[in-house]
Amino acid sequence: MTGSPAATSTVVRVRVNGRAIEMLVPVRLTVAELLRDRLGLTGTKVSCEMQVCGVCTVLVDGNPVSSCATLACDLHGSEVLTVEGLARGRDLHPVQEAFMAANALQCGFCTPGLIMMAVALLEDHPGAEPDEIREWMDGNLCRCTGYAPIETAVTVAAARMAATTAPPEGDQ
Amino acid sequence: MSVPTGSVPRSDGWEKVTGRARYAVDMALPNMAHAAVVRSERAHARITGIDRAEAQAAPGVIAVVTADDLGYLGRRFGHIVCDHPILAVDKVRYYGEPVAVVVAETPQQAADAAELVWVDYDDLPALTGAAGALASDALIHEQSYPPPGEAFLGVAPAASTDNVAHHDELAWGDAGAALAAAATVVETTASFPLVYGYAMETYNAVADWQHGSLHVISTAQHPLMVRKELARIFSLPLAAVRVEVPYIGGGYGSKSYTKLEPLASVVSWAAGRPIKVTTDIEGAMNTTRADGAVVTVRTGFDAGARICARDIEIRFDTGAYADNSPLVLTKSINRSFGPYRVPNLRVRGTAVYTNTSPASSYRGFGAPQGALAGELNMDMAAERLGIDPVELRRRNLLAPGDTIIDGKRPLDADLVADLDAIVAALERPAPSGAHAPADVAGRVRAADSASAPATDGGHDAGSGPLRGWGVAVSASDAGASPISTAQVRMHADGSVTLLVSSTEMGQGSRTALAQIAARELGVPMEAVAVGQSDTRFTPFEWTTGASRTTTVVGLAVQAACTDLWNNLRAKAAESAGVSLDRTEVHDGRVYVDGEALTPAEVIRQWFGADAGEVVGVGVIRRDGATEMLPPFWEIGAVGVEVSVDTATGEVTVEHLVTVGDVGHAVNPDLVKGQDLGAATQGLGIALWEEMVYDGEQLTNPNLIEYRVPRLRDTPRRITSVLAERGDGAGPYGVKGAGEGALNPVPAAVAAAVGRAVGVWPTEVPLTPPRVWSLLQEAANEV
Repeated sequence: MTGSPAATSTVVRVRVNGRAIEMLVPVRLTVAELLRDRLGLTGTKVSCEMQVCGVCTVLVDGNPVSSCATLACDLHGSEVLTVEGLARGRDLHPVQEAFMAANALQCGFCTPGLIMMAVALLEDHPGAEPDEIREWMDGNLCRCTGYAPIETAVTVAAARMAATTAPPEGDQ
Repeated sequence: MSVPTGSVPRSDGWEKVTGRARYAVDMALPNMAHAAVVRSERAHARITGIDRAEAQAAPGVIAVVTADDLGYLGRRFGHIVCDHPILAVDKVRYYGEPVAVVVAETPQQAADAAELVWVDYDDLPALTGAAGALASDALIHEQSYPPPGEAFLGVAPAASTDNVAHHDELAWGDAGAALAAAATVVETTASFPLVYGYAMETYNAVADWQHGSLHVISTAQHPLMVRKELARIFSLPLAAVRVEVPYIGGGYGSKSYTKLEPLASVVSWAAGRPIKVTTDIEGAMNTTRADGAVVTVRTGFDAGARICARDIEIRFDTGAYADNSPLVLTKSINRSFGPYRVPNLRVRGTAVYTNTSPASSYRGFGAPQGALAGELNMDMAAERLGIDPVELRRRNLLAPGDTIIDGKRPLDADLVADLDAIVAALERPAPSGAHAPADVAGRVRAADSASAPATDGGHDAGSGPLRGWGVAVSASDAGASPISTAQVRMHADGSVTLLVSSTEMGQGSRTALAQIAARELGVPMEAVAVGQSDTRFTPFEWTTGASRTTTVVGLAVQAACTDLWNNLRAKAAESAGVSLDRTEVHDGRVYVDGEALTPAEVIRQWFGADAGEVVGVGVIRRDGATEMLPPFWEIGAVGVEVSVDTATGEVTVEHLVTVGDVGHAVNPDLVKGQDLGAATQGLGIALWEEMVYDGEQLTNPNLIEYRVPRLRDTPRRITSVLAERGDGAGPYGVKGAGEGALNPVPAAVAAAVGRAVGVWPTEVPLTPPRVWSLLQEAANEV
């Protein structure tokens, strides 16, 4: 018998931007589809659908993940952070601020993915070095800007986050 | 009052960094169903049968739609040649062409059922190359098509259908005789690849047909052009067709004119539901690409190294349907011979139908194809003549005010100054006779950013990288038709809603146009709201393309603001019961007998309440500043320095120099963003990007094998110069930006690699295998 929900669907429990979700989802549903089509979180975009462009990047338990190529059912028990969950109320994340200040966006379609990748990098390595930034951000395509302003934005955000996370008697 | 000039922040920044900006692909309508396209698995074949029974019975399927189901609706679209079936009629002309559409409750159900539509084909000869298609007796289009209406911009479709989509020529003097008499003749042939614009948001549309009306939300750059075609297909009045365009996730010309909108609309009509259609990357590559080209340039020089003639032949690989390629070809012809003094000219261009993805507009619009061969030809000529290639260009470049093409606007740019600015930035010694850039370049803003240090390294010991440099220039008859309307609605508090149908695809038009309105009205940026394009509410706009918006729409906005001031003055006079000549406007105030009133006070006084609004309308047509075409010449002026790894053939761009000759930069940061973005797409074409057909189908329909520039490909050093000489027809002397910095880049890179390696390339992209072959060729010549 085809089309039986029991055979093709499963319950997934996950926190998305702090909100607890429990939902019966088809096992084939991707994280991007869960976010965009089921939860209305359309900030996460999809483009290449093969983990090349980085547009769909979200954080799963703090790690950057291509939401177009990850199944929603595999999220069970995880914490997901999307671009909608970055700001604290009206206060933007330093990476968001830096992207605005550096003009690091044009059409903006790649921006959520780039920002999530930069957040993953800087939460992990505040004050990341230029080579680290270039390596981490190389997996996110942008067709509009020519990348230089993006590199600037992440560099500025890295400096700002390092300054706020360093202990007062630190060397910087 | 602070005047919002200069690099104010983008007005869409907050929306875009928070994920709140809405794109067409984010849109949904109540009761919306989803469509999946069944695409041809043949390059050229007759359809002998379509079996949809199995798909029809699949879970969630609402309808399976083919061309047979379209009743009274038009079957084809195409604004120049009406040759493009919405769904294949009787035959298919390229692998990936839409044949049927499955409509289902969810996208997954639609995609699953699309696999169950069985199409039977009778194969026809697959003509996937332009040379083969011209030589073949097999016809891709057996019939000619009645024109869709009045000839589009006077571009008449080809009379015959012998696999020629369009032919055009431009000539003056006697090129043949002048070449025969020339002291030196240099010939260059160069191939320009089939490229894909890769806008990250792929083509998509939501369509909702209801009795007597059609509502479409899509990724269209030109909503008014789409409206016109949909109205014709549905036999509806223009007013009954509403095309809404929210933010666009990249366009670059690839979303100009009509793409998926007819398909979504006819399927909504056939299925009786609002429909959403999206494309994956393969579907997008099979919707539109840029014209590939083979261009041959022969240039004759006199004994003084001055051009006496150029004879150019352009052959486009246009793919299965004409789309905008006839116009791209005509523009390519106009742009192919460069901004040089050419006393005798002959250019012949042919756009050839092939059994490949249909080609159309892409950033540069025919200019990069011509410039590749044309500018490389100047470098080869310089070598032959024993002259510095910069000096050869300086000797032949047109001066400001010179005629490029008879009857068109004279050159509104100083190309010699631009070239000198490139040479200065490249830190090459200027050839003798050059002025210092500061003397001639007017107000020049330069910013130099050295990007992060080298990360690859690792050359074989003893065979270090080779270095080479190149410069290239181009001039494009840009701006398209100067037809634009703008409306400013001033509210009772003096704030303003600006209504335009320009589409915001990242170029920053909402920001720049708001800056112009704010400046004209003397209000802060925050007091100007600019919304999305929506043909039901926003006024007519020709297109968003040809780098025209800040210039042409900017003029319409300026005119609307003038009209608004006139209306405010009239209302102030009426309220005061005085004649108009006792009122005047300056410094953001209306004066009645010398007494200053804010615009908000004028509005509230006239309506007798804290309410109401006053509207200004601006209309631009071929008149006044925009009577002469083109509205402006868009300049491309770039220099590059490259290194070539002799072991691998890998090319690294060490230094990129762009000169944005834009007249006036309303927002310099946005202009520099356009220049770097355009130049980077040019580097993509020069080094990596190429759609490859092997047999009937595209072999690299994805972003692994179709490689676009990545962050670590960026030039190690970038110099972005803005030349602001106030020489444009737009507001404050503005000319367009956006395409210019792409146009000469493939040519400049090819010249630089040629100089590094010692052999002139004849094709791009200069991938490592191709450069390695050039290196072997150079070694064999020694």
